[in-house]
Amino acid sequence: MTVAAAFFYLFASITVASGFMVVASRNPVHSVLFLILAFVNAAGLFLLLGAEFLAMILVVVYVGAVAVLFLFVVMMLDVDFAELRQGFLDYLPIGGLLGVIFLIEMVLFLGTYYAAPEAVHAASTVKAAASTLSNTEQLGRVLYTDYVFYFQTAGLVLLVAMIGAIILTLHHKTGVKRQDIGAQVARSKDTAMEIKSVRPGQGL
Amino acid sequence: MTQSIWTEGWFFPLLLLIAKSLLVLVVLLTYVAFALLADRKIWAAVQLRRGPNVVGPFGLLQSFADLLKFVLKEPVIPSGASKAVFLLAPILTATLSLAAWAVVPVADGWAVADLNVGILYVFAISSLGVYGVIMGGWASNSKYPFLGALRSAAQMVSYEVSIGFVIITVLLCAGSLNLNDIIKAQDTKYGLFGWYWLPLFPMFVIFFISALAETNRPPFDLPEAESELVAGFMVEYGSTPYMLFMLGEYVAIVMMCALTTILFLGGWLPPFQIAPFTLVPGIVWFVLKVSLVFFMFAMVKAFVPRYRYDQLMRLGWKVFLPISLVMVVAVAAVLQFTSLGGVH
Repeated sequence: MTVAAAFFYLFASITVASGFMVVASRNPVHSVLFLILAFVNAAGLFLLLGAEFLAMILVVVYVGAVAVLFLFVVMMLDVDFAELRQGFLDYLPIGGLLGVIFLIEMVLFLGTYYAAPEAVHAASTVKAAASTLSNTEQLGRVLYTDYVFYFQTAGLVLLVAMIGAIILTLHHKTGVKRQDIGAQVARSKDTAMEIKSVRPGQGL
Repeated sequence: MTQSIWTEGWFFPLLLLIAKSLLVLVVLLTYVAFALLADRKIWAAVQLRRGPNVVGPFGLLQSFADLLKFVLKEPVIPSGASKAVFLLAPILTATLSLAAWAVVPVADGWAVADLNVGILYVFAISSLGVYGVIMGGWASNSKYPFLGALRSAAQMVSYEVSIGFVIITVLLCAGSLNLNDIIKAQDTKYGLFGWYWLPLFPMFVIFFISALAETNRPPFDLPEAESELVAGFMVEYGSTPYMLFMLGEYVAIVMMCALTTILFLGGWLPPFQIAPFTLVPGIVWFVLKVSLVFFMFAMVKAFVPRYRYDQLMRLGWKVFLPISLVMVVAVAAVLQFTSLGGVH
């Protein structure tokens, strides 16, 4: 128990600290790197909860793929910090208001949890895993057997979004030389060259 | 006070864990040192050269001499570099590639951590490897490393997708995410022909080629194409940081060999479950198979010319991805509708 607690505080404090650094650091690339650190530590917290599958998927999807794209985009951007900080005071009231609302909601949420813990437990539909199945297998059952149609619907929505994104960005330029692998492979000696016998002393 | 540490029951397992990790590290690094030498020797032999042959008998100590050379050199950090990230990148690369070895079962149950989701852990750790490359290239604050890093990162991310699908087909057949269980699932009465390389032969080929691309090995070593990008993201590195990159790369290569062995070549299983083969301990089979795959890696390096960047991307996205997607569906269908998948 003590070891688990120690690791919890380690992961939690690093998550919070790196979350703070995401906002505080001046260099946007450093911000993204801190975001990645926060993701990895969140995965550590999942591990402590016994949700090893979620932890690994978090690392594979968010850290291994999504954050790489973030980093790509941010590295390519030419960010002017002076300009960025200019509007800071103008936006402070709105930003501050949102922050306060969020804080109140968090307090309310945690307050409910402490005031009436039984209500929170009654509301949650997820039952504690009492079976011997590993949590990967249980997630699989829930997603692909119990709720397969919802899962498929979600997949379709994503597919439509993906096709939309591709159509928006795909431009076929005309007049650009493209490589056609099939045509290249299909080339033979007959189509590629012509043999002429040249007499000595004469050109073609 | 000391009494309670011993009686609480976590101190001793922790100590054991550290000892196991150290053992794996030492053996692994020694293996990598000789694998590096073997790589150069095989490459040399194909090109009718001698290869390294000065340090020690047959040049056996060459890698250790190189190690000393790198460590004793002065590390140079470019003045325009982002210092912390610049130094963090090689450390991250080396640490991550070593960390993946925590779950590899080198013999029946011999793993530092026998995780339920072992294969996902390896996949997650190897997908983090791309950060070493991006960070190194960006932090150098120089054009060539940056271009090299972008290419390398795009390449690693692309091939990860098909590696993921190959792993899924193997998982479907094995019915487990635990590396040890995946090996045990290959233990059939057909011996060596029951390992997944034969039933899933197309996936074996795709995995092997993707592993080459994922570890930036020739013919996909565009990130360090000497002729175009000098040395890719590592241009500004020298001394120990450079060595850490090299070390990370080779440990990752051996990791990919080990993963090929586990997923397709039956891990520590003997080729046939009969007397002379079963007497040899599992770890010997494991090391032999890893070395065989590494030999294939080295041979590919020796005789396949480098791919062009657009060809590399085409191969990853337009050839491997569709094939592996179709194979996932096909394998799942076969397991669902025939008696083969009846066990699960």
